Amino acid sequence: MTTTPELHHVRPDTVMSVRDLRIWYGTARGAVRAVDGVSFDIRRGETLGLVGESGCGKSTLGRGVLGLLPDAAKVAGHVLFEGEDLVGMSRRRLRSLRGPQLGLIFQEPMTRLNPLMRVSQHFLETLRTHQPELSKEQMRRRAIDTLGAMGIPPTRFTNYPHEFSGGMRQRIMIALALVLNPAFVVADEPTTALDVLVEAQILTILADVKRNFDTSILLITHNLGIIAEACERVAVMYAGRIAELGDARAVFARPAHPYTRELLASTISLSTTSLHYIPGAPPDLIAPPSGCRFHPRCPDAMTVCPQRHPPVVTTELNQDVACWLHGPDDQIPPGGSAPLEREAIGVADEA
Amino acid sequence: MSQTKPDPPLLEVEDLRVHFALRGGVLQRFTGREHGSVKAVDGVSFALRRGEVLGVVGESGSGKTTLGRAILRTVPITAGRIRFDGTDITEMREKTLRPMRQRMQMVFQDPNASLNPAMELLAAIGHPLRIHGVTDDDDKVRATVSEALDRVGLSPVELFLHKYPGDLSGGQKQRAVIARAIILGPDLLVADEPVSMLDMSVRAKILELMIELKRDLGLTYVYVTHDLATAKFFCDTIAIMYLGRIVEYGPAEQIYADPKHPYTQSLLRAIPEPDPTKSVPRDLPRGEIPDAAQPPLGCSFHPRCPVAFEICGWESRDLRDLLERHWLAHPDDEFDRERRTVGDLAALDEPSLTATVPVGSGHPAQDVVDLLERIRADDPHEPTWTGIRDITPAAGGVRVEFRDDCVDPSLFDVGGGQQVACLLCRDGNKSKGPNDGRR
Repeated sequence: MTTTPELHHVRPDTVMSVRDLRIWYGTARGAVRAVDGVSFDIRRGETLGLVGESGCGKSTLGRGVLGLLPDAAKVAGHVLFEGEDLVGMSRRRLRSLRGPQLGLIFQEPMTRLNPLMRVSQHFLETLRTHQPELSKEQMRRRAIDTLGAMGIPPTRFTNYPHEFSGGMRQRIMIALALVLNPAFVVADEPTTALDVLVEAQILTILADVKRNFDTSILLITHNLGIIAEACERVAVMYAGRIAELGDARAVFARPAHPYTRELLASTISLSTTSLHYIPGAPPDLIAPPSGCRFHPRCPDAMTVCPQRHPPVVTTELNQDVACWLHGPDDQIPPGGSAPLEREAIGVADEA
Repeated sequence: MSQTKPDPPLLEVEDLRVHFALRGGVLQRFTGREHGSVKAVDGVSFALRRGEVLGVVGESGSGKTTLGRAILRTVPITAGRIRFDGTDITEMREKTLRPMRQRMQMVFQDPNASLNPAMELLAAIGHPLRIHGVTDDDDKVRATVSEALDRVGLSPVELFLHKYPGDLSGGQKQRAVIARAIILGPDLLVADEPVSMLDMSVRAKILELMIELKRDLGLTYVYVTHDLATAKFFCDTIAIMYLGRIVEYGPAEQIYADPKHPYTQSLLRAIPEPDPTKSVPRDLPRGEIPDAAQPPLGCSFHPRCPVAFEICGWESRDLRDLLERHWLAHPDDEFDRERRTVGDLAALDEPSLTATVPVGSGHPAQDVVDLLERIRADDPHEPTWTGIRDITPAAGGVRVEFRDDCVDPSLFDVGGGQQVACLLCRDGNKSKGPNDGRR
């Protein structure tokens, strides 16, 4: 086991601490830095939302904190879970944690269940592997109870996956991830493939999970509405880094980072009265912009922004934000806060 | 426009039906026996004037995509009429139809899948010009493609003419797809979820482009989407679809301000708003869109409807749902005990107005009657009971008789151009069902 880094003080109710996590993939054109220096904590029983656009590294981060990356990925930093560092942990130890301690809910419920196995067999296999001491009847009870909490009637226990609708399959996936009562679950876009009414049903189930299972959830989504609905805290990710992290209500009410603000303004909801968008497109993670990665698209960019990467500061509202607008002022070089003069972003670079 | 008389509709759809035959296993295919059909579009009518935007909104499986494709005659039409600019194109032969297709184009959902990865934009966007025999002259194609690229904001065009789709971002790809759709100067564009694959920060840009094109080129759109929020912003008229039918239709403003169909109401309430102070209500419809091969009797939405009443179409499958919901809400030992009193629930899967609940072996039929009465006592307000007339022990089980006067609602006019397929709106919008107001 590696030594615990003392970068921040860690609250006693913290389940997982991620410190300066970096994940990159080698490609013919160079390294893709999908996650580039990310730190955050997840508390017991909380749902932390991780929101970002496609290609910002949110799914890679979600896999990374579970040690589920492909062999080609390189990882540095620390993922501290119950006093152990998942980065550099042996495969055997990791495998023993996955299931009883760490869980994953996938985006595509259609493809994650074995079509040749009854739902009951999926559950019995999981329970037999991780809790062989239970009797068969205890296993059945446990599975039926968990499925029941997700709204799957006991009469359907021995059905095959194809006999269920998409929403029910996603409930079964959630039940399968929770049947061992893990301390921490990553839910990667769990409702993206579902319709709006079913999505609302799944969101209420996830809210109940927190109450009934005391499980911490990292909820990955691109939909700000889902974050607002289901999460206590939110981390906004841009180009491999966390731009802003804080209490969901505070972040939505008073976004500290210009990217969060612009993203909220771009979201088309029922109360939208005029269209707004962010110029340009998310950057290529092989050669990201210098300094703050959002500076080429940022309406508030200053001359310091392309020069140095902004450190994380905590605002009065307790939001952690990486943006020079919030300082620290003593690190901004003289004249650094003058507005950045830029050539207008050509449509050529537009999305 | 200078004329004052109202334009004739650009597109008229009348009682359109698209049914896909289901075939069973290999043996049935061999003997040619039919296995029913999926009514993807089942009697849809509307008229669309030039310059108007119709939003076809529905969940997956509602038939909205099939409707969009049927309008362009890219799926076989079972019945009904489609008139485009006064010409009936329903049975038009491909040869005569092809020149018409220049005037009606389609934009698909996934820009990654709509462009050939091995074709430069010049070739891909210019392709329709060659296919439709507009011109084969390289210089002319180049000039027209450049104009279209410029029109959709992919400029300077020299930078884009020789790019491959792989070099473009998602938004740029969708712009290229739109350029290809407008290059022949169409009147009608069927756009099937054109922004739903795009990132939030660029969606608005593509929507804005579509609004610009409508203004500058006089385009008429059929906007197929599951997203009520973008539809609200973009559409003049909204058609809400459920299981192949339009269940609510009318001016967008009115539908959003005063949705009448319980389905529309719940769709609007279920959208998670990016505002943590508002939350999605918990009393949303249960279940999901049912199997289109065997839609519910009566109103298709009745099994999920929070305000359904006596004549909405209660039937055998609702009884199975009722039993399963009861067991879901009760502890294991109760389920284990009660489950044995009832035989195979599959007996309830065939839609019927009289159902026979099989009795578990070794149990008297009265046990099942008692179970049903216990469930009723548990939740007497459950709307399913309003549709049940009689429960009697019979040979082979317990016979449950449902009301046989159920009604499959057609679209009722509620004024202001709004039409609603709900029995609560049968006598104008003031009509109240016996259970109205109960949630």
